[in-house]
Amino acid sequence: MSQVIINDNEVDIVIGALHSNLTPFMNEWKSIFSRFHLIIVKDPALKEELQIPEGFSADVYTNSEIERVVGSSTSIRFSGYACRYFGFLVSKKKYVVCIDDDCVPAKDDAGNVVDAVAQHIVNLKTPATPFFFNTLYDPFRKGADFVRGYPFSLRSGVDCALSCGLWLNLADLDAPTQALKPTQRNSRYVDAVLTVPTRAMLPVSGINIAFNRELVGPALVPALVLAGEGKLRWETVEDIWCGLCVKIVCDHLSLGVKSGLPYVWRNERGNAIDSLKKEWEGVKLMEDVVPFFQSVKLPQSATTAEDCVIEMAKSVKEQLGKVDPMFLKAADAMAEWVKLWKSVGSA
Amino acid sequence: MASSSKPTPLLKDELDIVIPTIRNLDFLEMWRPFFEQYHLIIVQDGDPSKVIKVPQGFDYELYNRNDINRILGPKASCISFKDSACRCFGYMVSKKKYIYTIDDDCFVAKDPTGHEINALEQHIKNLLSPSTPFFFNTLYDPYRDGADFVRGYPFSLREGVPTAVSHGLWLNIPDYDAPTQLVKPHERNTRFVDAVMTIPKGTLFPMCGMNLAFDRELIGPAMYFGLMGDGQPIGRYDDMWAGWCIKVICDHLGLGVKTGLPYIWHSKASNPFVNLKKEYKGIFWQEEIIPFFQAATLSKDCTSVQKCYIELSKQVKEKLGTIDPYFVKLADAMVTWIEAWDEINNSAEVKTSDKASEAGPK
Repeated sequence: MSQVIINDNEVDIVIGALHSNLTPFMNEWKSIFSRFHLIIVKDPALKEELQIPEGFSADVYTNSEIERVVGSSTSIRFSGYACRYFGFLVSKKKYVVCIDDDCVPAKDDAGNVVDAVAQHIVNLKTPATPFFFNTLYDPFRKGADFVRGYPFSLRSGVDCALSCGLWLNLADLDAPTQALKPTQRNSRYVDAVLTVPTRAMLPVSGINIAFNRELVGPALVPALVLAGEGKLRWETVEDIWCGLCVKIVCDHLSLGVKSGLPYVWRNERGNAIDSLKKEWEGVKLMEDVVPFFQSVKLPQSATTAEDCVIEMAKSVKEQLGKVDPMFLKAADAMAEWVKLWKSVGSA
Repeated sequence: MASSSKPTPLLKDELDIVIPTIRNLDFLEMWRPFFEQYHLIIVQDGDPSKVIKVPQGFDYELYNRNDINRILGPKASCISFKDSACRCFGYMVSKKKYIYTIDDDCFVAKDPTGHEINALEQHIKNLLSPSTPFFFNTLYDPYRDGADFVRGYPFSLREGVPTAVSHGLWLNIPDYDAPTQLVKPHERNTRFVDAVMTIPKGTLFPMCGMNLAFDRELIGPAMYFGLMGDGQPIGRYDDMWAGWCIKVICDHLGLGVKTGLPYIWHSKASNPFVNLKKEYKGIFWQEEIIPFFQAATLSKDCTSVQKCYIELSKQVKEKLGTIDPYFVKLADAMVTWIEAWDEINNSAEVKTSDKASEAGPK
C-alpha cells in the first residue's frame, strides 16, 4: 500500500473554545497541531477573553465575526459545542479535524504518543469499505488485507468522508451510564480502524472527529439543540443527531464512515449525576429518532451533500415534526444551514 | 447491562468441539488444558482405513466416511468428501447446545502481555452475552468488562438480541485467498485487536471456519458447509457459503453474529497454487453470489431456521442455478441436509423464541 502523504495545506483544525484559557490544551497538542492552520471559534456565550499561546497559525472568530458572516436572523445557534460548526463553515480546506478542548494526546500500548491528526487524515485519504465487512478490519492498513471470501469487485472501496476517533480514560458514555459506574475508565486500546457498514447507524461523538469538507461539509449540521443544552458533552445531543444525518448522506452517496483509531485522552470534567437532569431530554429524543433514521430514504435526484440535507430536512419536518417541536426547529436549521453553506462558499 | 467479572461458566456438558482432520491430532496436546474437559467430535476426512490417533485422555467420538455413509445412507451425498467442509456432519450429530469448531493447524495464541489465550472461554463469553445488530456501538461489545454503550446509543436497543455465532480471528498466517497469498507470501498477522463486535444487521461478512463457535439450538441447521472437494467444481468456499446463509437467517430471525476475539495461532499456510485451483470458480461466482445474498429476503412464515433454510435453498436454485448447474446440486443438497438434520435430531423444527424475533426494530 502506498504511503499516505499529508499536505499541511489541506487541513484545518477547528477548535471550539468553550473555556477561555486554551493554553494548556494547545500546548499539549503543539507538536501535532503546529504545522497546520487552526480555526478557533469562541463560544458566543463566553465572556472572558481567549488566551491563546504562541507558536500557532490561527484565525480566531468571535461573536462579532459570526454575526457578520451569518447575519442575526438565523435559526442556527452557534453557542456551546455548536460554535465549532462555524469553523467548519468558514474553512477553505479539504479536511477538517476537530477535537474537544478537554482532550490531550493519548499514548498507545507501546507508550508512543498518538498523532491523532495524522491518523484521521490517513483514515480520510484511504478508501472505506462499507458494502461488505472485512474481518481483519481496515484492509488498507500495513500488515492487513482483504480476507478470503471478500468480493474482488468491492476491493477498491469508496471515498471516506468521516473519521470517528475514540477516547481513553473518560469515554463518551452518557450521563446515566457514567453515573452508575463512576469509576469506570476506558483503558482498552483497540488497535483497529474499521468502516461502519452501509445502512448501519452509529452514535457519532463530536469529541474527536475529522471529515472531508468537500464531500460532506454541509451534512454536519448544528441542528438539534436541547432546550437545556449545557457546556458538558453529557448535556448535548447535537453531535449524535449530526452523525446520524451524515451517515444517511454517506450511505446514499456511497461514501464511507470509519470508526476506531485515533484515540485521544479525555480528561475529567463535570459530574455525571448533575448532568442527568439535563441529558434526560436527549435520551428521550433518541428513542424517537431511531425508527426515523432506519427508514428514511433519499431520492435519486439528491446527488450532493447539500441536496441530501435539504431532502432530509423535509423528511424530518414531515415525519418527526409532530413528535416534538424540537424536530421542527432542527428541520428549519438544516435547511437554513445549506443556504448559509452555499452563500459562504460562494463569497 | 455490562457484564460483571463473574467467572465464565465452563459449559463442559453443553458444548462439543468439532474437529475435521485428515492427518493427525497432535495439535490437541497444546490445547489440552483448555479442551480436556470437553467432548470432542472428530470428523475424519479422506481415506477411512487410515487410523487417526487421538491423544490420550480426551473424551471423543470419531466418524470416518464409512460412518457418515452408514448413518446417513443416501443422504450422505450432502456431506463433502476430501474437504474440511465434512465437519458439518459433526454439527449434525452433536447433542449439545453449543459447538466450537477449530482446524487442526490452529494452536494456542498469546495476547500482547504474553498470556496464553483461552479461545474457548472467550467464545463462550461471546455466545452468552447479547449482540447488538441494530445500532453500531463505537466502543465495540458493550457487555465486555470495561466497556459499555456510548452516549447516543438508544436505550431501547440496549438489551440486545441472543448471539448465535462467535467468529474468532487468527494471528500469524492470515486467512487470505490464493491471489493475495501469491502476492504477499510473507505477510503475517501480528496485530492483536482487542475487540469483539456485532456485525450489523444487513451486512454480510466472510465467515472463516477455522475458529468458530455457535449456538446449535439457535442456528445449527443453517451451518451447512456446502458441497466442496472431491467431485465438486469448487473448494475453500464451504465456510463462506455457510456464513452468507447464516447471516441472512440471523438477520431475519433477530439473532446476532459477533466477530473479533478470540485469536488462535494459525500455523500452516496452505499451498497458494493448490488453493487457486480450488477457489478459481468461486472468485468469479462470488461476484454474483454476494448480490444474491445481499438482496435475499425471507417471508414472514419462515419462523424457524429450517424453514428459512429451505426457502433460501429455493431461491438459490432459482436465482443462482442459472450461473452454473452446481448451484442446482447445492440447492438440492441444502434440502437433503435439512432432512438429514431433522431425522438425526428427531426434532420438531427448532423455533427461535418469540423474544428473539421481536427484539429491536425490523
